[in-house]
Amino acid sequence: MVSPDNFQLPEQLSTGAAEVDDLYMFVYWFSLIFTAIIVAVMIYCIVKFRRRPGVKAEPVGHNLVMELIWTFGPVVFIAILFHLGFKVYVHNAVAAEGAMEIRVRGRQWLWEFQYPNGSTATNELKLPLGKPVKFIISSDDVLHSFYVPGARLKRDAVPGMYTNIAFTPNRLGHMQVFCAEYCGTSHSGMLSDITVLTPDDFQKFLDEGDKPPPGMAPEEYGATLYKKNACNTCHSVDGAKMPGPTWKGLWGKQESMADGSTVTVDENYIKESILKPQAKITAGFTTTQMPPFTLKDPQIDAIIAYMKTLK
Amino acid sequence: MGAATTTVPRAQPHHPDPNENYLKAERGIMSWLVTLDHKRIGIMYLISVLLAFAVGGFFALAVRLELFSRGHTIMDADQYNRAFTLHGVVMVFLFIIPSIPAALGNFILPIQLGAKDVAFPRLNLLSYYIYVFGACFALYSMVSGAVDTGWTFYTPYSMRTTSSVIPMVLGAFIMGFSSILTGVNFLVTVHKLRAPGQTWTKLPLFIWGLYSTSIIQVLATPVLAITLLLLCLERFLGLGIFDPKLGGDPVLFQHFFWFYSHPAVYIMIVPGMAVVNEIIATFTRRAIVGYMFVAMSSLALALLGFLVWGHHLFVSGMSEYATMVFSGLTFLVAIPSGVKVFNWVATLYKGSIRLESPMLYALSFIFLFTIGGLTGLFLGMLAIDVHLHDTYFVVAHFHYVMVGGTVMGFVGGLHYWWPKMTGKLYNEGMAKVAWFLVFIGFNVTFIAQFIMGSRGMPRRYYDYLPEFEIFHKVSTIGSWILGTGFLTMLAMFIISLKSGQKSTRNPWGSAALEWQTPTPPPLANFIKVPTVTRGPYDYHLATEEELSEQ
Repeated sequence: MVSPDNFQLPEQLSTGAAEVDDLYMFVYWFSLIFTAIIVAVMIYCIVKFRRRPGVKAEPVGHNLVMELIWTFGPVVFIAILFHLGFKVYVHNAVAAEGAMEIRVRGRQWLWEFQYPNGSTATNELKLPLGKPVKFIISSDDVLHSFYVPGARLKRDAVPGMYTNIAFTPNRLGHMQVFCAEYCGTSHSGMLSDITVLTPDDFQKFLDEGDKPPPGMAPEEYGATLYKKNACNTCHSVDGAKMPGPTWKGLWGKQESMADGSTVTVDENYIKESILKPQAKITAGFTTTQMPPFTLKDPQIDAIIAYMKTLK
Repeated sequence: MGAATTTVPRAQPHHPDPNENYLKAERGIMSWLVTLDHKRIGIMYLISVLLAFAVGGFFALAVRLELFSRGHTIMDADQYNRAFTLHGVVMVFLFIIPSIPAALGNFILPIQLGAKDVAFPRLNLLSYYIYVFGACFALYSMVSGAVDTGWTFYTPYSMRTTSSVIPMVLGAFIMGFSSILTGVNFLVTVHKLRAPGQTWTKLPLFIWGLYSTSIIQVLATPVLAITLLLLCLERFLGLGIFDPKLGGDPVLFQHFFWFYSHPAVYIMIVPGMAVVNEIIATFTRRAIVGYMFVAMSSLALALLGFLVWGHHLFVSGMSEYATMVFSGLTFLVAIPSGVKVFNWVATLYKGSIRLESPMLYALSFIFLFTIGGLTGLFLGMLAIDVHLHDTYFVVAHFHYVMVGGTVMGFVGGLHYWWPKMTGKLYNEGMAKVAWFLVFIGFNVTFIAQFIMGSRGMPRRYYDYLPEFEIFHKVSTIGSWILGTGFLTMLAMFIISLKSGQKSTRNPWGSAALEWQTPTPPPLANFIKVPTVTRGPYDYHLATEEELSEQ
């Protein structure tokens, strides 16, 4: 019924997406035809019954049957719509037996994912093709919403409770993740990427972990980590004012701290600020709390190499 | 009933001639500021809401301009978050809620009833000043850091942000009382001050609409007041109600907030529908088909409006059973909405139709509200809503209802009653050009938003992915056309005030009661208390003299 490359809808990247799209297109065509009929009747009347000298409007009579038909007739139709909408909703809300569980934690302004083996990743998730996945979602601070348009699903991340969604990726490649519930300054930067791999590649990824692509220079790798770990939602590299200090010209600088001390930005300071961000706070940046990032030494080295290039 | 109209206390200081035109009965700025005349209070509301509309429109254009290109265009992320919040807050609380009831309703409702004033003229003036007082708080918030929470003030973000939330929340809290008092005033006026012969079955449908709206205002607004007060208490005293860190529940805030704010949607749209009835009847010279069904559909919307707030929470972590119930109830709204559209279109059939500017706005209302209503079906269907929730599809949907519906109704009503209120005619050609620009600009702006929304563009985004750029560009260009349309309209009305031709008593040849009194109306609305013998749309019973446009 629906072509996969529909102008109105994004690509179908989960097994449940097609069902939602069929419903969407059903309501769309109904609405289009309904609107066209209403407009056609209006235009017909405007032309046919335009005011002419000597011609009076016909007084309105009573037509109870007609009134009752268009009052209660639509009930049948809306009952069908309600039923279809609920049926597909429930079908998509229930995780299949044996689904892989992924923990999703939203915080200002990144998504943290945890695989069943306990390893974590920021803003980047890898999933195996064709295997049902259940996302168990929570928030560390304010409301967020975990939105995967390719799967036609979203669910709010609510501090203090768990929510969940489930879907089965049905195509290799990328799925976009948005935050759909307004959460402050970098709400529109709270994006993530899901990469769907073949089951073999996925197993290999779980066994080996994330490594820099061979042949990539440390500062290039640092630049990718800057985006992957959502550093870019709080720290600019062009001097723009954001919730955290800009990295432009930061390296080697004498920074004043909120407690009045002065610090030289060097390897030790950067490492501490990534692993224990609350240890030293730059003066003027006290309102937003940076969470700790558990990066490995090669990754921290790469970020430092990247920082050195930002003069 | 005959005695009722004579019991209104009129406490004018200098006892001006009640038969003198209300604009000339008294002079000087004080005669406006302390007036008890519902017509002058209506005009003061009108000026206030138009100012608010200009401010809200300014923020809308700023938001659209920022989104014209990716990344930084004219402001940074924090300024953008304030701009869209202020657009929402100003448009909802300062403009659209008081627009039709308090501005047009104040002026027209007592005249349509055949009354000399509303039931409580002093309360009416008080509600205006409460509105102004609340607006001052909102203004203070804007200059003291503004708000970046979105007009919904969702917790716990509104607890943590450093922006000026409390003054804005207090402003909305105070303006709520203005809304309640206007509602009470209208309810009592409709019950007690109808002219002799003005029975419930002869009431203009505008009155039925405002009557239904008043019920919602009186019953729903206190819930907003309580919610906003709890928000303040939590922020000041650390009471754990909504913030999970203090043991509260953020979803509870959403329930409380929408328990008011969904009915508030009907506070906005029902008066727009009410205006459309009057315009269609006058410009088809025919009674609205299915009068009682249309009247009762307003009451039905008022009632159903209280039962569907949960459809704003389908993805908020509410239970599946609750989503099912709220989805089902939401679909019921389609019935009274459909009743109105079907009856309006049926009224056109065999009418005597004249396409003057008010009628163009009324017909636009039917078209745009139909789209707004039908896109509501997508959002009522649970499976589709999970995809569309909090995307631009929702933004476009409610703008089709609020702007395509309410604002079209408000502007149409303003054109329709302008000659009665000011005594002046306006340039019809210029009015039609303004209508054309508004109609085209609106559709360009928001059709682009429907498409990017269904393709997955989330709302309240400062920046966006490259694939959405074309839709944002089109939408922003549409906003310029829309803005030009409203500026043309403003110029047209200003020219009318300065040099407009004098209006006759009944320039549209309407059979309705408000057109039977002189233009502009005398201080006491009618030279003598009218006796109503026929319905407001009974063109076949009206005399030639009543329908005369001279």
